[in-house]
Amino acid sequence: MKKIYTRPASLKEAHFHYCPGCGHGIINRLIAEVIDEMGLRGKAICVAPAGCGMLVYNYFDIDTLESAHGRGAAVATGIKRVRPDNLVFSYQGDGDLAAIGTAEGFHAANRGELITVIFVNNGVYGMTGGQMAPTTLKEQITTTTPSGRNPVSAGHPVRVCEVFSVLDGTSYLERVAVNSPSGIKKTKKAIAKAFQHQINRTGFSLVEILSPCPTNWKMSPIESFRWIDEVMTKQFPLGVIKEVKC
Amino acid sequence: MKRLMSGNAALGEAAILSGCTCYFGYPITPQNELTEYMAKRMPESGGVFIQSESEIAAINMVLGASVAGARAMTSSSSPGMSLKQEGISYLAADELPAVIVNMVRGGPGMGNISPAQSDYLQATRGGGHGDYRTIVLAPSSVQELVDIVPLAFDLADAYRNPVIILGDGMLGQMMEPVDFSDIKKPKDYPKDYILTGAENRPSRMVRSLLFDTKEEEEHNWKLYRKFQRIEANEVRCETFMTDDAEIVVVAYGIAARIAKGAIKRLRQENIKAGLLRPITLWPFPSKNIVELARYVNDFFVFEMSTGQMIEDVKLALSGRGHVNFYGRPGGVIPTPIELARIVSRHYYQTQKVKRQ
Ligand SMILES: Cc1ncc(C[n+]2csc(CCOP(=O)(O)OP(=O)(O)O)c2C)c(N)n1
Repeated sequence: MKKIYTRPASLKEAHFHYCPGCGHGIINRLIAEVIDEMGLRGKAICVAPAGCGMLVYNYFDIDTLESAHGRGAAVATGIKRVRPDNLVFSYQGDGDLAAIGTAEGFHAANRGELITVIFVNNGVYGMTGGQMAPTTLKEQITTTTPSGRNPVSAGHPVRVCEVFSVLDGTSYLERVAVNSPSGIKKTKKAIAKAFQHQINRTGFSLVEILSPCPTNWKMSPIESFRWIDEVMTKQFPLGVIKEVKC
Repeated sequence: MKRLMSGNAALGEAAILSGCTCYFGYPITPQNELTEYMAKRMPESGGVFIQSESEIAAINMVLGASVAGARAMTSSSSPGMSLKQEGISYLAADELPAVIVNMVRGGPGMGNISPAQSDYLQATRGGGHGDYRTIVLAPSSVQELVDIVPLAFDLADAYRNPVIILGDGMLGQMMEPVDFSDIKKPKDYPKDYILTGAENRPSRMVRSLLFDTKEEEEHNWKLYRKFQRIEANEVRCETFMTDDAEIVVVAYGIAARIAKGAIKRLRQENIKAGLLRPITLWPFPSKNIVELARYVNDFFVFEMSTGQMIEDVKLALSGRGHVNFYGRPGGVIPTPIELARIVSRHYYQTQKVKRQ
């Protein structure tokens, strides 16, 4: 019998701890599939964040380090400079990359570090219980914006890809979403492309993935998928934000 | 052949000779000469130099380079050291080697750019969050700075723990003749924990998050046992004229050098003074101090701070002998004459008391 679907070799035999309908599990699997398909299992090194993605080292069957909250891009820089022939990527949430780790991400991008950031944008701080993230939308209710995010005092949702796109060190920036089969396929392609940019030493690459968080959005998984299309993508338009020839 | 070099530059050269291949730094006086030296020499020697966006980034780059298997170093001065504490805690938790240099300046806050010893407690108590210690080495001359660098890297690798070289603005910036010929090629340390990609071996993870409290507790005890081994094996100190001493000055780093000058003056006046100079501030030479207390009753702690190491001296003595203190914080550099005057006054006052 022909096997048409199986666990990627780069994933351990473990149960995801993620909540029902969460996008992290899908993204973990996509990364593992890409690593397998590109033959990178022996070369890949992942830098895990503080956030819901923290436990990826329980799932990825590749070398993984857990970094301090927000420091992923700096740690990945240190690893990559020592091991330029490895595939080094950080896995970071929106709080991790766009709040506490802004400086580290921004400057790694600006130096054109040959690393890839997998940036999971779920619009909230998932792990700590649904507080406002830099990417939280205007009027969006979170536990720290109980009457909705008011930009007057809480600032505006940050578009990371667009901010990074003006930095000369970046070579590939794409925003995708894992709320539909076609979105999932595009996400996988984007991850593969970002890794290719790293392998070809073109520059810093980042894939921003709009990812559902039904638990903290207080929605059903189906409502969350719809909300990404109907609301979130208005602030965070999908597509390639920047691509230099690779 | 000896070369005339500033402490900062000499430290950089010693690091490269000790096999340091990665340096990450952020400008701050009084250690800029080290960052600048590395900017030039690292590329020449095939190593990595990055001027980071902050001290936080620098220490995390060190962590990344260390977990990738390299000998890595960063340096800073007091305000920058505060920012590095997060990363130092992670290095200790992850059991990763690293060498961190602090050329201390007057504090707290922005303070000034003059030499001080006010970061003693931060350095010797871990500095960041959690139950851990860093090995702290305190040289007192540019040559000793050079000699201590290979030791720092060896200790970091041997114990898989961050090591701090605690200098000060004077040590970093003054120039002295130095000789590098004693630095040997580094030994090979087994690095079965580093991340290289899981090629033909099981994948590895390096982490400090242990949700299970029993696991986290055992991790803490495991680290603690390591710290006990370090305390048992790695204490280093120097004594000067203590054999017949009636009064012993305890001072480290540049203050110990000032103290030596003071002791020579005191000896000319027939005051039997000696010096105990801790070279490792953690582990602290408590036993050596207790040993002296068998025949010395009078200790004089001298620091360029309001008094931090004095806590360790008192802890070591646990009530034996008298502990006196003289300190100048805020970047003031005391002189040997000044210290000699203070110690001799104290000596004659207590002599008088004894005769009465
Ligand atoms: C220095 C520090 N501050 C705060 C925290 C607590 N913390 C852990 S995860 C997290 C936010 C995670 O949110 P995000 O990066 O958006 O990832 P998500 O969990 O949503 O995937 C915070 C604040 C921490 N671990 N370290």
